[in-house]
Amino acid sequence: MSELSAPIVTRAPAPRVGARAVTQDPALARHVLIGVAVAFLALFLFAPLAVVFTEAFAKGAAKFAETFEDPDAQAAILLTLLTASIAVPANLVFGLAAAWSIAKFSFPGKTLLITLIDLPFSVSPVVSGLVYMLVFGTQGLFGGWLNAHGIQIVFATPAIVLATIFVTFPFVARELIPLMQEQGTVEEEAALTLGASGLKTFLTVTLPNVKWGLLYGVLLCNARAMGEFGAVSVVSGHIRGLTNTIPLQVEILYNEYNNVAAFALAVLLASLALVTLGFKSLLEWRHADELAGRGRH
Amino acid sequence: MRDAAAIDGAQGFAIGVEGVQQDFGAFPALQNVTLDIAPGELVALLGPSGSGKTTLLRVIAGLNTPNRGRVLFNGEDATNLRVQDRRVGFVFQNYALFKHMTVSDNIAYGLRVRPWRERPSRADIKARVQELLSFVQLEGLDKRYPAQLSGGQRQRVALARALAIEPRVLLLDEPFGALDARVRKDLRRWLREVHKRTRLTTVFVTHDQDEAMELADRVVVLNEGRIEQIGTPEELYDKPASPFVISFVGEAVALPVKVANGHVIFGGREIHIDTGGLRNGAARVFFRPADIVIAENGVGELEGRVENLRRTPSGVRATIAIDGYDQMLEIDSSIEDAATLGDRVPLSLARAKIFPAEAPEVVDFADAGEGI
Amino acid sequence: MTTLARGRTRSFVAPSVIPGFGVTFGYTLLYLSLLVLFPLATLIWRSSGLGLSGLLAVAAEPRVAASLRTTFLIAFLAATTDLLFGLIIAWVLTRYAFPGRRLLDAFVDLPFALPTAVAGISLAALYAPNGWFGAPLADIGVKVAFTRFGIYVALVFVGLPFLVRTVQPIIAELEAELEEASATLGASRWRTARSVLLPPLVPALLTGFALAFARAVGEYGSVIFIAGNIAYVSEIAPLLIIVKLEQYDYAGATGIATIMLGISFGALLAINFIQAWSRRRFGHV
Repeated sequence: MSELSAPIVTRAPAPRVGARAVTQDPALARHVLIGVAVAFLALFLFAPLAVVFTEAFAKGAAKFAETFEDPDAQAAILLTLLTASIAVPANLVFGLAAAWSIAKFSFPGKTLLITLIDLPFSVSPVVSGLVYMLVFGTQGLFGGWLNAHGIQIVFATPAIVLATIFVTFPFVARELIPLMQEQGTVEEEAALTLGASGLKTFLTVTLPNVKWGLLYGVLLCNARAMGEFGAVSVVSGHIRGLTNTIPLQVEILYNEYNNVAAFALAVLLASLALVTLGFKSLLEWRHADELAGRGRH
Repeated sequence: MRDAAAIDGAQGFAIGVEGVQQDFGAFPALQNVTLDIAPGELVALLGPSGSGKTTLLRVIAGLNTPNRGRVLFNGEDATNLRVQDRRVGFVFQNYALFKHMTVSDNIAYGLRVRPWRERPSRADIKARVQELLSFVQLEGLDKRYPAQLSGGQRQRVALARALAIEPRVLLLDEPFGALDARVRKDLRRWLREVHKRTRLTTVFVTHDQDEAMELADRVVVLNEGRIEQIGTPEELYDKPASPFVISFVGEAVALPVKVANGHVIFGGREIHIDTGGLRNGAARVFFRPADIVIAENGVGELEGRVENLRRTPSGVRATIAIDGYDQMLEIDSSIEDAATLGDRVPLSLARAKIFPAEAPEVVDFADAGEGI
Repeated sequence: MTTLARGRTRSFVAPSVIPGFGVTFGYTLLYLSLLVLFPLATLIWRSSGLGLSGLLAVAAEPRVAASLRTTFLIAFLAATTDLLFGLIIAWVLTRYAFPGRRLLDAFVDLPFALPTAVAGISLAALYAPNGWFGAPLADIGVKVAFTRFGIYVALVFVGLPFLVRTVQPIIAELEAELEEASATLGASRWRTARSVLLPPLVPALLTGFALAFARAVGEYGSVIFIAGNIAYVSEIAPLLIIVKLEQYDYAGATGIATIMLGISFGALLAINFIQAWSRRRFGHV
């Protein structure tokens, strides 16, 4: 179990409208608490989000668009897309395999396995990058061998992809495992009795049942893959135009006091975050029962 | 409504409910309910789910505020009194024990939350908790947590907690609903003992008529937010005031009949019942299955055919299909008087009541459950 | 053609008519080992090479010690702030109805969904001397950006969802009967809140605190832009790991990483312990 990145799929329950007076807080207390909550959220959460957009457009829409004509920015976007397009499918396949073996079968050590799968959540992003340096870096385990054969892993795309896979490792699995556990094996067994092969059962019975949870897991995985900063920062080498993802490019631009460009790229990522949040709300509203249950510990 | 006679040495207050109306949005949970409970009485609020019995209990406690009407304790208007100030002991259906407190902390809670001036000393609180623990026969469990207790034990802790504040009245919401049958029987007996010893005015809600009849001094039968009848168990059983009461309290059969000039006609024959001034027209005759017998002299008000016979320890039980009625009834008789299979037998009613046909429908037993 | 997952009487997996265990389980283990376990094992191997004395030596380096102190202290303060406000926010979102509640509720997850670098630069811009908040604060003499205060603000941002989301379901499950019982026993609303409503929330609050703390300790992207990163003053431990890597001091970097990992696992253990204790004692989590 790991709660370090607790599933954000929790539905805020319907408030007790019309509750009997005994269980209601006095009106003054209510208003004060609501005020405090709203103020806190506005100051600490909403303001940072707003700043991203205002800074990006501070010098107008033209300057905003200019950002994307820069070859370094374009390279960063491409690298980010490339990384995500490798990391997400890889973790998707893994998530499906892990969920299938854990949810549909009974064997000892499941808790241990699930805990291990959750490990990347518990690890600081910088440490995640560090471990890959320790394996592939110049002073790392395979450093000598790689050097000798002229293979470049760290400070190049391969390490970026690996580090991204590491940090986004559990996302899909975490959504699928509880969901498939709740669904059990009944439908698959029914399909088998009707003559379907294993693969066919999986494609026509299992997948449709988990489609919303799966989609949500993929979305989370993708958002994190595109936005990962700490781990990628360690292994990337920050070589302009070559080994910078969008977050790293944002850092470079910001440190050069090129605020508009930095925030323009940030707008891309922030929009992605908003889409993810919006999708999550939509899912909870419409399909709450098709996402994993809440009591995961 | 007759005045309830006060019980000797009663400790509790009299409860008065006047014209109480409670609506939940458009739904009328209680409609013009008026009721008087004497000090020290043990009263049951009986009815099917949705009858308003729990709502009425909560109105007395102050957990619900009625839209109209008054609640009085010993004649004083308590309607606007907060629940905190009413000194009612309330035992909830699922006990509502504070899971994070030990048994003794739960029981002591009501004493500890009192304002400083009214609070008993720590030693006094401790003594009272011990006293109550032995009263409910749970000595030695004071350090346990609710999660470590059985259902019956939790129930008794809930009662002890309510008694700790020396309440003026004791209110119990389906106190035995969540327990299994065997435990329920024991606790029923035990509640009667508790009432005898505390002499508090006690009101409890139940949908189980056996429970109401066994325990209560008087029973208030509720249906759809209205009081159908208030009376002792005997009165309810022998002198039911409406079709609802007769079918809810005990089993009853309803025969559709016609009233013509003081005569009650069913299937071409007359049933000998006092029509009590009922107008001509459709009516229904209610009788209990135990009150129908095989006519002695061969002439009966009804006729039926014996469909099945079986031996019982005391004689013979015949399953009879009555002409004009779509269900079969079982009638017991001695071996000598027993009919033969396939025979047509005459039947007569030892006791029956008649009501006009427009009276409310019989309740569906399958719905009997928690009240609202 | 399906075959039973066959085994001797005591095989690893329970026999099942559902196919595919071998393939999926095998792939799971392989992928997990190669990508997660092996790299982490390398870290453990390297740090064991340091030995306990080596680890302590790293921790004792003045700059390292300062960064650890900074990191843990501010993470603790931030998690405490999140505890207080997270409780209020969770209570308000669960128990009250007001316009915009649903929107606000979805919003709580923003720190979770927003990439850390984006959060980092926007917080920096917000609290910079010419920023929306930085300017008025500068007028009253409070400096946030490039100070420890900046780190604190960033960590509060990052940890909030953990508190709110952990405690919300518990609040939702509080039974009305408990509050009513407390009222019938004579307790005022405030007393009821204190004695009856708050205690059941404590395990969840502690869990949320541990999660927020663990996350705050390892946080990098949200912090480095606003922190100032001045050695010995406002330098966080993760940054120091990177600095050491750039200096090819793999040993130092490993040492710090190991200490931080130890803390994370300690937090996880604490969470497990809290939940087990709560389940045992109170029959619920």
